[in-house]
Amino acid sequence: MPFSAQPPASGERYALSASLDNARHLSSLLRAVHFQDHATCLATASGLRVTVEDAKCIQANAFIQAEVFQEFSIQEESVMFRISLSVLLDCLTIFGTSSLPGTSTALRMCYRGYGYPLMLFLEEGGVVTVCKINTQEPVELLDFDFCSTKVVNKIILQSEGLREAFAELDMTSEVLQITMSPDKPYFRLSTFGNAGSAHLDYPRDSDLMEAFHCNQTQTNRYKISLLKPSTKALALSCKVSIRTDAQGFLSLQYMIRNEDGQICFVEYYCCPDEHITEAEL
Amino acid sequence: LSRIGDELYLEPTESGLSLRAVNSSRSGFSSFLFAPLFFQLYEPGSAGPETEVFRCKVHMKSFLGIFRSLPSLEKTVGKCLILLKPRASRLVLQLHCKYGVTKTHNLAFQECEQLQAVFDTQRCASHLCAPARVLAEAVVHFAPTLAEVTLGTGPGGKISLRNYVEDEAEPSKTMVTELWLAEDEFQSVAVAPGSHITFCLKEFRGLLSFAEASNLPLTIHFDAPGRPVIFTLDDTVLEVHLVLATLSDLQSNSQSPSTNGASHLPALSDDFADDLESYMVAMEASEGGSERPPSPTFPLRTPWPAESKPEEEEEEEEEEEEGAVPGTPPHKKFRSLFFGSVMTPGRPGLATTQEVLAEDSEGE
Repeated sequence: MPFSAQPPASGERYALSASLDNARHLSSLLRAVHFQDHATCLATASGLRVTVEDAKCIQANAFIQAEVFQEFSIQEESVMFRISLSVLLDCLTIFGTSSLPGTSTALRMCYRGYGYPLMLFLEEGGVVTVCKINTQEPVELLDFDFCSTKVVNKIILQSEGLREAFAELDMTSEVLQITMSPDKPYFRLSTFGNAGSAHLDYPRDSDLMEAFHCNQTQTNRYKISLLKPSTKALALSCKVSIRTDAQGFLSLQYMIRNEDGQICFVEYYCCPDEHITEAEL
Repeated sequence: LSRIGDELYLEPTESGLSLRAVNSSRSGFSSFLFAPLFFQLYEPGSAGPETEVFRCKVHMKSFLGIFRSLPSLEKTVGKCLILLKPRASRLVLQLHCKYGVTKTHNLAFQECEQLQAVFDTQRCASHLCAPARVLAEAVVHFAPTLAEVTLGTGPGGKISLRNYVEDEAEPSKTMVTELWLAEDEFQSVAVAPGSHITFCLKEFRGLLSFAEASNLPLTIHFDAPGRPVIFTLDDTVLEVHLVLATLSDLQSNSQSPSTNGASHLPALSDDFADDLESYMVAMEASEGGSERPPSPTFPLRTPWPAESKPEEEEEEEEEEEEGAVPGTPPHKKFRSLFFGSVMTPGRPGLATTQEVLAEDSEGE
């Protein structure tokens, strides 16, 4: 990858060093989880995971696999640090956010290890910017303990069908109620706002429905303000999987295809607001 | 309708679904009547001769929120079902969309009295009909913030449009825009020479956009200054009316600006006398049900004769409002063209009557 800036001296060992031809592959994904200022980065041999949490109720993860990078080398088993996601995004998009065809920002990311700042080398059109972002002690992350064996209901939908719905959610409603059932209404999103209630029903045989595995009727409510940021991930994605477990914990997994056709994932986990067994109208 | 008022009145009748709005100063009223044929299915509900027609009103914003994005609606929504559930106090709007998706909105409504305007297009001296496009192209020359515009008839059958400048405005700081339309731009012109009226442009723009979008000709019925101007759109399945108060010549110099027409009522009562035909009765208000002595300037008109169907006279709209809706005086210097209700001696208070004013004026 052509890079006119000084690459790190060969003598230095970097715990993490990665190169990406098009920084947008990273920045667009990070924007989809940017609902809090700080994020925790975890790098392993499989790739990079960036986690954002809020209110001890919601967690979003952006996964960029090692294969997406042109170069991805990690010297330790895992590298973890906390960083300001706002600053990271500002740096990644330092050459602007508009995507002119043919131009892209090249990125090289280096991290020496615990206590060191994250170094970013960004280049576009021969201009190079070097950024040093301080890192912090990683904090303990929530563990939703959500695994496929505990899933009660699962639906995979084409994102196209949900995008408008999420963008137009009645934000005067405090909660978003999700009903999943083997019987009617199958999959229903409900809000209870100032104007009245609104229900969005997706039948199981809809063309949008790629998979429908609902075993039990479940109705759960989630704080709408916590879920609203997931709209960004939805907008980027082509498919979304919606799963709930016995406690009503919600898992939203978004499959995102970048400009080069590579697949990345973003997932959101959310605690239910209250556990109710019947849909309330 | 949202350009007129904040509340949407719904009234399902045998002749169709009527949607109406009135502005806060009761100087503007609009109604859209969708004939049963407009719908795939129209069931007004069991309203026998004894049963009252069910009416309700909802917040305009809540209703509009359901139809937020028109382009996407056109692409994704197949049909819309509207159900009025009195017992559940809910107006249900269900959109059937692509991919089998159903969006159901349950809106809270308030029951209400009838909102009716009484106006008579037949009694207007002047009538103009033009394709909406002609008027839209004319109106585009005026600033978007312009409040009032004056429509006039000139020599050679020309029609003029001019922005209305308040008397208090400094001549050196005001800009006057005037444009003239030739008679042949109109589909029909039947105007009293030398007539002119001044009305609120903002409220008219709403109707104009609709007319342009639906490619319907717009008819303007007007009379002397101070008498309401009535705009109508006519279609086989839709009747649209917009009734606006017009500035009265009498008021333009003497009236001190006031935003509350009610406060003018005692002084203006003289003027109301002649406006028997045009007044709006809003169910809620009747401001100043004062009696109206004959006006020295305007001859006292006889009460609505049987010959003119009080409701039917919609000059512009095909749809007849079932009754007239008297309005309260429009803002500021507009004469109180519309008032709560007409009082005749011995009649019960305005606040309690919803009747067509025409009937009330028998005593005049």
